[in-house]
Formats: sequence, C-alpha cells, structure tokens
Amino acid sequence: MTFAIIILYFLLVFMIIGAIIAVEVRDLLSSIIALGAVGFGLSIIFLFLGAPDLAITQVVVETVSLVILIRVAVVRDDTTYDTHHNTFAVAMALIFVGAFIAFAALAYKALPGFGNPIYAQNQEKQAVADANGGAGAKEGDNRETPAEYYIQHSFEENKAPNLVTSIVLDFRGYDTLGEATVIFVSVIGAIVVLRKVGRRREGREEPASQGKDEA
Amino acid sequence: MNGMSPIVKATTKVFIGFITVYSLSIIAYGHLTPGGGFAGGTMWACGFILLVLAFGKDEAFKFISQRAASVADCLAAFAFLLVAILGISAGGFFVNFLGKGKEFNLVSAGTLLWLNIAIGVKVSASLFGVFVALAIFKKSETSSEVQ
Amino acid sequence: MAPYLLCSLIFAIGVYAVIAKKNLIKIVIGLLLLEYAVNLLLVLVGYRQGGKPPIIVPQNPSTANFVDPLPQALVLTSIVIGLGITALMVALCIRLYEKYKTFDISKIKRLKG
Repeated sequence: MTFAIIILYFLLVFMIIGAIIAVEVRDLLSSIIALGAVGFGLSIIFLFLGAPDLAITQVVVETVSLVILIRVAVVRDDTTYDTHHNTFAVAMALIFVGAFIAFAALAYKALPGFGNPIYAQNQEKQAVADANGGAGAKEGDNRETPAEYYIQHSFEENKAPNLVTSIVLDFRGYDTLGEATVIFVSVIGAIVVLRKVGRRREGREEPASQGKDEA
Repeated sequence: MNGMSPIVKATTKVFIGFITVYSLSIIAYGHLTPGGGFAGGTMWACGFILLVLAFGKDEAFKFISQRAASVADCLAAFAFLLVAILGISAGGFFVNFLGKGKEFNLVSAGTLLWLNIAIGVKVSASLFGVFVALAIFKKSETSSEVQ
Repeated sequence: MAPYLLCSLIFAIGVYAVIAKKNLIKIVIGLLLLEYAVNLLLVLVGYRQGGKPPIIVPQNPSTANFVDPLPQALVLTSIVIGLGITALMVALCIRLYEKYKTFDISKIKRLKG
C-alpha cells in the first residue's frame, strides 16, 4: 500500500470519528468545531486524491460555513440544549444505517473498484484485446467516454492547461450558468427571509418597521 | 455592530491587501493553475467579511456599501450571459469565440479568462451580501434602528 | 471498495442526525455531513492508481496517467452550491428562533400565527 492510500484511510477514520462527535455532543459550539475538523480533513483527502482545485475551494467554503454556523449558534446565550430521547426515531435510524451499508456493499460491486476510473476501462479492454491478437474484442468496446475525449482533445481545442477549468467553463458551460443561477436565488432567498419588512395591521404589535430599501 | 480592538484593526489594515491580491490572482490565473473563479471569489468575500468584522458596520460601509455589492452581483451575472450570447456569432451558444493566443500566457484560452473573472466577482458579491444580511440585520424593539 | 464503504458510513451518520435529532442546528449539521459524503464519493470514484492531477505542465505536456477530471468538475460546482444551501438554511433557523424562541422542533408545531 502506498503512502497516499495509508493517509487516505487514516483521514477517513478521522472524518468518521469527527462526524460522530459532531452529532452526539451536547454543546453546540463543540459540535460545530468538530464539523469544521471534518471539513478540513475532507480537503486534505481531496489533495491526496489529485484534486487541487477542490482542496482550495473546500477550505475556503468550510471557513465561510463555520462563520455562518457560529453566528446562528450564539443567538442564544446558553449553547447547550436539553435532550429527550425519541427511541422510535433512533431505532429506525439505526436500522436504516445497517440496511444502507448492506445495500451499498452490493451496489459498489458494479463499479470498477477503487483506483480504476471508468474512463480507463475501455483502454484496458483494448489493451487486453490487442495483446490477444484481436481476439476477445467485443463490438462497441472502443467507444470513447466523455472523460477520455476531454483529456485527449481539451488542450488543442482551447489551449488551457487546467483541464478542470476548461471542462467547467467551456465544455460544460451550461452547468456553470445553472450554478450561478442557484447561488443567486439562494442568496436572494436568505436576504429576503432576514429583511425587516412588517405590515401594519390594526391590533398587531409587531414592530412595523419601514421596508429595507436594498436588494 | 462595533469594531474590535486596535490590534485587530492594525493587523487587518496589513492583511486586507494581501488577501485581495491573492484572491484576484487565483481568479485571474484560473485557467493555468488550480483555483478558478469559485475559489478566488469566495476568498475575496472572506476579505470583505474580515473588513466588516474588524472595523464595524459604519466604517466598513464607507468602503463598500451593500448597494455596490448587489449592483456588482447583477452586473457580473449579465457579463457572464453576454459572453455566452456573443458566442452565437461563432456557431452557437457558449462557443469559445475569442482567439486562443499563445499557450501558458495570462491572456489565452479565449473566453475562459473573462468567464472566470465574471464568476469571481459574482460569487464574492453574493457571499458578502448574505453575510451582511445574517450578521447585521437585527430584530430590534424600536422601529427606527433598521440598518 | 473499502474507501467507498467508509464514505457511505459518513452518509449514514448524516441521515441519522437528520432523522433522530431534535435540535434544529443538529439537523443542519446532518445535512452538511450528507453533502460532504456525496462529494467525497464522487471524487473517490474518479481516482486512478498512481495518477497525477489533471493539469498540463510545460515541461511534460503528455496527458497519460491523469486522474479522471470529469467528477472533479461536477464536485466543484456542488461544493459552492452547498454553501448557498447552508446560508439559506441558517437564515431560516434565525427567523424561526426569533419567532418561536426555541430551536426544539417538537415545540415548533403551531403553523398559524
């Protein structure tokens, strides 16, 4: 096992322990800090899996998420809460966990296994068929997957060395347009929910403040 | 909301320049090195958040106001769509129609540079707007203290 | 397959937090854990044994042995959309607290008023 795989397993166990702490601890600030540890562990995993764009983005997004979550946790002065156990829901959730892991183990057998991406499957079948002198090659085995096309032809089509940026902005630009729209709508939703627009009706004592004149 | 102590203010005055330049370089070199519009835009928003937290609401809004942030947000979204629509002149929506230039340069790869800049400005303005909404709008007892 | 199963365990912990917890902030934390698990699974599927990051360097302009760049492009947008979702959820939590003065979902039952 190479060094990267050992670090990967260690970080995955670290993330699982952090997730359990984040869900079970009674103090809200402690659980938010544990969630931050899970997020930063995820960013190191992205670095070891060969995804530097994602590592940078995950670190920065994790920081902003922590700031936002701490702001909502200190809205009360006392950040603990009282627990009353709902045994039915806990039992159902644990049954779901067991069933989910069992079905996931069955479903992951259909994937090519860790370390072989899907776009390399056709290359391997072609290499095996060439080694056997053309025997065993089925019809349609040398169809090109999209990832293979992007890797071979991206640099000569738009001369951008960063393949992930060229996929996000050139080959799959529609997805980026949709994502810009989703961010726009969610931010407008958050601002509208928190605005102080009141309606003055007779008999209500809600502070009818003047509407906020900002977008 | 008030600012913080003078040590924090002095440190912020030094750091805000570094954060802004670093985030702009991650946005602009997004087609050459890892990074891109999303990561750089979020970093730039972190710089603005630092400004608001360290100096307080009133002084920070003299530097950049909420209306400027929302106008920049909408203009960047329109710029993104404009670059995409101009691609119709070269064959279809979103076609990379500018000249490709010499590879590994800053101004190369056609429309990728301008789309990265538009996305960076848009994400940073949006996140600054949502942070101001979360941290500064307060429910108040009197109806005169609204931001 | 072991990394895939560990990643599914994080997903299951997130679902447990959404179903069985009564505090609103814990439910938000559960949703964030779900999002981390899904992004991690997508990038794990695209890993190549002994692969390099998908960036072409001038000293070695060959494209052999790259990891799969397509899941990384999809996860890049997904991470930033997750931030927008978190901001909207937190805004709703603040409004709920201002109206009902508690984060306990068993007490937030009155849908009128």
